[in-house]
Amino acid sequence: MRLLRQPGIVVSVVVVLATVVVMLWPAVFATHDPYQGVAVDRLQAPNGTYFFGTDHLGRDLYSRVVHGAFLSLASAGAAVLVGVVVGAVVGLLSGFIGGRIDFVVMRFVDVLIAVPSILLALIVVASLGFGPWSVALGVGLGATGSFTRIMRSQVVRVRNAEFVEAARTLGVRWPAIVFSHILPNSARPVIAYAALELGTAILAVSALSFLGFGAQPPEPEWGALVSAGRDFVSTAWWLSVIPGIVILVIVLAVNRLARAIGESK
Amino acid sequence: MTADNLLTVTGLAVDYTSRTGTTHAVRGVDFVVPRGSIVAIVGESGSGKSTISQSLVRSLAEGGAIVGGAIEFDGRDLTQLPERALRGIRGAEIGFVPQDPSNSLNPLLRVGEQIAEILRLHKKTSRADAAAEAVRILDEVGIPNAAARAGQYPHELSGGMKQRVLIGIAWACAPKLVIADEPTSALDVTVQRHVLDRIESLAREHGTAVLLVTHDLAVAADRADQIIVMQHGRIVETGTAAQVLGSPAHEYTRELVSAAPGLSSARLSARPLAVASEALTLGFRDARARATDNILEVAGLTKTFVLRSAGVATSFTAADDVTFAVPRGSTFSIVGESGSGKTTTARMVARITDADAGSITFDGDDISATKGEALRQLRRRIQVVYQNPFGSLDPTMTVERIVTEPLRAFRIGAKAQRAETTRALLNAVRLDPALAERRPTQLSGGQRQRVAIARALALGPELLVLDEPVSALDVSVQEQILQLLVDLQAEFGLSYLFISHDLGVIRQVSDHIAVMKLGSMIEQGPARIVLGSPAQQYTRELLAAIPGRRNE
Repeated sequence: MRLLRQPGIVVSVVVVLATVVVMLWPAVFATHDPYQGVAVDRLQAPNGTYFFGTDHLGRDLYSRVVHGAFLSLASAGAAVLVGVVVGAVVGLLSGFIGGRIDFVVMRFVDVLIAVPSILLALIVVASLGFGPWSVALGVGLGATGSFTRIMRSQVVRVRNAEFVEAARTLGVRWPAIVFSHILPNSARPVIAYAALELGTAILAVSALSFLGFGAQPPEPEWGALVSAGRDFVSTAWWLSVIPGIVILVIVLAVNRLARAIGESK
Repeated sequence: MTADNLLTVTGLAVDYTSRTGTTHAVRGVDFVVPRGSIVAIVGESGSGKSTISQSLVRSLAEGGAIVGGAIEFDGRDLTQLPERALRGIRGAEIGFVPQDPSNSLNPLLRVGEQIAEILRLHKKTSRADAAAEAVRILDEVGIPNAAARAGQYPHELSGGMKQRVLIGIAWACAPKLVIADEPTSALDVTVQRHVLDRIESLAREHGTAVLLVTHDLAVAADRADQIIVMQHGRIVETGTAAQVLGSPAHEYTRELVSAAPGLSSARLSARPLAVASEALTLGFRDARARATDNILEVAGLTKTFVLRSAGVATSFTAADDVTFAVPRGSTFSIVGESGSGKTTTARMVARITDADAGSITFDGDDISATKGEALRQLRRRIQVVYQNPFGSLDPTMTVERIVTEPLRAFRIGAKAQRAETTRALLNAVRLDPALAERRPTQLSGGQRQRVAIARALALGPELLVLDEPVSALDVSVQEQILQLLVDLQAEFGLSYLFISHDLGVIRQVSDHIAVMKLGSMIEQGPARIVLGSPAQQYTRELLAAIPGRRNE
């Protein structure tokens, strides 16, 4: 609990908790309908009624950001989940089996890491079709390489630990050793990296949506909101800038927390 | 201060401050070191003995600070002296022999240069003279062919050689005091004796005072004029070796004296365990077939490792035609120095490492090629206790999960029964059953080793392979674990294959002893014959190396 004495971490915890609450119950926090605009109120600057202003159809930007939270964050979360699960399973098997299979898998991972992950994500989205969930899958697969590498190095380390050999001499079977010794002792760095990767995934998902590969209008996904505001940057700056700041703040908060998780013992 | 006391420490107090709080490592310590005498500080880990030796030259670990008292060295108070003046004293007037020789030499410098360096620094000797003097010093500390050795790097020397180089560095500038902090605990026993002999003879020849810090009361008894016994940061007893050993005044000293393996010679006798419990025998199987007198017979066991360095493959025979037998219910010990092949032999018997040749007959069956499920079932009857209880227990598990792991592996008992078995097993190894919820990191070394023994007992094995089970533990804890092993053996009719480098430990538990050297068993027989009238010169050397024999 020493961590809570650091103001940066306290702020980050508050931001992340608030974001999660908003994401789960957007209707409680939204002040207007996110899809139905009021035509006469179009392109209003932020004010007391419309906290973040309105767009060219008179829709309340604040309510759209609130309702977009779920889509943006859930697909980022799904992306990390894909990366962790696939990476952990492949890394575990590769490190555990070892030998030639391990060599081949790790060279493949080298290739995967060498290819820019956004490009990998684009390939997946292009072949699966546009939409937030194929973006999530693409971003997730792009992150798989790093997770595989971390998991494998942990498994190789733990596998040679004396307590694993001791478990063998106790007559414990290999599957039981994997679940009771190898996984619990390998998980920590993977979890710390997953937390760090969440921030990156939020950015990647937003970037792909910005490019139009993710959620389609009128869905209020954050990257899509920034993109939609581009046409009005000179007259209605808030349409792009405010969703951009929201993304920035949340990614910073998530990264700070992830660093704290990684550093704590 | 009287003129013949070189070092006078009064009321020394040292604290360590960390984020979790302040620890009073040393409190109210007073002692004197007379000129030219050897004073030993004895205590277990955490007693503050090393802290004292470090505070003398003000090189405490991070967070450590001298918070009170005075250290008067040759007329000056070292606690008041500025850092600059202290630098002139360290190395020149006070030499230091560290514990671990492998980390204390610069790996990039030739050893001769490392001695010459200190001569140039403190005595302003010219480069050529310093180099010549370094060779003379290497010769004096007993390094053969000193001129050639001076040109070698530390990794080309053995541990004992490196420690001699460090002794040479400590004595290079003819210091008045040398602090030797556990100078031999990282070395093999026979080497230990030579290193201690060297320290002692240098001290006597040069009239140097030595402050010897050690956990081994027997070593202190052999070498020191005065012994200081420490516990929990305080001095509990001071006196001459004869006083401290002959008539220890303090309870703790009496414990240490009776625990020191070198000082007690008899095999420990079993005490009854009050643990007869249904739950304990959950993993035990029904009446065993007693087909043979010997539970284990090993014949012609051989193992060769191939080492590859710089593309050249060299083979190394770790165990060469090893043959022995372990009578049922007795302890068979293998003693040897590092690299003698004793651990490799134990690992082959426990079927962790495969043998290249030879047979292992357990209870009448050859198990040297047993595989798969048959091998797994065999694990119920042969269990292993490792040297390092910090490595052999999974840090993420609770004690209860660790102890019941073998039961779960063989699907023995229901959950509630297993919990009861845990308590019975912890009782059997004399551990508080309340510790079942703890994790290994929250236990001391001795407690961890008890957990490891409890785990090994869970399946009711017939043979325990004990690979240096006490060498990572403090002496008084060693004694307790050895006693426990002897008691458990009597209670459950266990047979032990006991591996150790320490004949002092071995003679406390063994019925039969085998001596290994360079992969071969050079001598074996009943304990009293091997210890009493050894046939081999090497065995006699090992016996002579047990500290604590001078006062017998």
